Amino acid sequence: MLDVRDLSVSYGTIRAVRGISFTVGKGELVSLLGANGAGKSSTIKCIAGALKASGGTITLDGRDITAASPEQVVRAGLATVPETRDVFPDLTVSENLMLGAYIHRRDPAGNRENLDRLHTLFPRLAERAHQPAGTLSGGEQQMLVIARALMSRPGVLLLDEPSLGLAPAIVERIFEMIETLKKSGLTILLVEQNVNQALAVADRAYVMRLGAIVAAGTADEIRSTSDLSAHYLGG
Amino acid sequence: MAFTIQFVIDVLSLGGAYALMALGLVIIYGILRLVNFAYGELIMVAGYTMFLASGSGLPWIVMAVLAVAMAILFGILTDYIAFRPVRAKSVTAVLITSFAFSNLLQNAALLFISPRPRNVPLPAVFSQTVSIGGAITPVRNLITIAASIVLLAAVAFLMRRTTLGIAMRAAATNFTMARMLGVPANLIISSAFALSGFLAGVVGILWIGRIGTVVPGIGLEPLLVAFIATVIGGMRSLPGAVVGGFLLALIDTTLNYTLSQDLLKFRDAFTFSLVILILLWRPEGLIKGPASGQRT
Repeated sequence: MLDVRDLSVSYGTIRAVRGISFTVGKGELVSLLGANGAGKSSTIKCIAGALKASGGTITLDGRDITAASPEQVVRAGLATVPETRDVFPDLTVSENLMLGAYIHRRDPAGNRENLDRLHTLFPRLAERAHQPAGTLSGGEQQMLVIARALMSRPGVLLLDEPSLGLAPAIVERIFEMIETLKKSGLTILLVEQNVNQALAVADRAYVMRLGAIVAAGTADEIRSTSDLSAHYLGG
Repeated sequence: MAFTIQFVIDVLSLGGAYALMALGLVIIYGILRLVNFAYGELIMVAGYTMFLASGSGLPWIVMAVLAVAMAILFGILTDYIAFRPVRAKSVTAVLITSFAFSNLLQNAALLFISPRPRNVPLPAVFSQTVSIGGAITPVRNLITIAASIVLLAAVAFLMRRTTLGIAMRAAATNFTMARMLGVPANLIISSAFALSGFLAGVVGILWIGRIGTVVPGIGLEPLLVAFIATVIGGMRSLPGAVVGGFLLALIDTTLNYTLSQDLLKFRDAFTFSLVILILLWRPEGLIKGPASGQRT
């Protein structure tokens, strides 16, 4: 469904991603693991269209989206939740969600149905619908950005570090929710530093280090690889 | 009593005009973080459109609509000519291109029309006065107050209740995230320029209505006023721009009423001293804009 070939991303002369290739099949949950600075977030931003690729191709459902703008990518059916947890703080929760459905704004009935479904998944957001998003807790903001991304009815969801900076109890709930989304048939690419929890939900995983993929396999294979911590600790 | 009514009408009519000017500037600044220095020229364009249309025999209201339409058109042209080609490249470049576009328009007016003031047609009602509770006041001040109330309400409605307005507010806090939700960048920016041009066009007619003539440099004072009002009110807040506009009008009008004839020519010095005091007290402006939403 999502096919990344020889992707390179550079910031000036610094090469953050050095020719990586990976695939995410339909309905699969694939995890991209790695330490800080491994190039995971650059990969995500590049797929989302927020960063230009310096080489390689990205295809979604057979369609080349390598040079697409962020707005074209979401129209093609790929939604992104960036690690910066970007709610629009002065907009209310429901305004945030309404913008998530921007590309479907001519279909209010479908949006209402989708919103009801998301309110069942995240009851907290229904309670706080008319509150400015900036007043939510970190965990609630994370739920809001995920729900907002889902309002675009994506085929593929990119999740960048959804557990970052959240209390363990909240992280637990975020991962339960990711499992629920996976069961609903959504294709997910999950970037995480929280290796154990990511592998617990993932079908397959790739490990990145210094801009390259250093290991790939099923979640079980990656888990049993003895040098996983070495990739993280730079050993 | 008559004095109080006079004072309130003066503050509200000047403040309404200032608030609309400031709003037109801050709408662009909020989204692009760039001051559109060609903003004053949109007022000039509205004025010259009225002048050029004056021989046509069209009803005044049609000429006014035409003038506002031209201001909107030139607002959108500012985006296409000065902003869009260099937007992604450098902030300094856009600063210079917007100055250049401003100069280009002014010089075109100098060259093709005249450096001398040109008369702008105004309906008779603009020069009439009415007496309210003993205060003699020009009708155009009342028109200005009415127009600002209607326009401020319309802008508030647009920004709070429509998808386009909400998308514009979102783009003002985090443009990349708004694009990642499918909000098209160019549409939002062009809409902001069109709205800015619309406000400049209406304000232009009201502003020029005070003096009855248009000159190539007419836009400088409104640009300065709008800039100061947005700085006082908070550069990124739409309500702040409105508050800043009315506050600046309050200061100006109070000084007009209280300063002696000798000191009146130094009015701007007094105004700016007060502006400096306000900024020392509130460096970010009276109303803080939306937080950037960034977390690191």
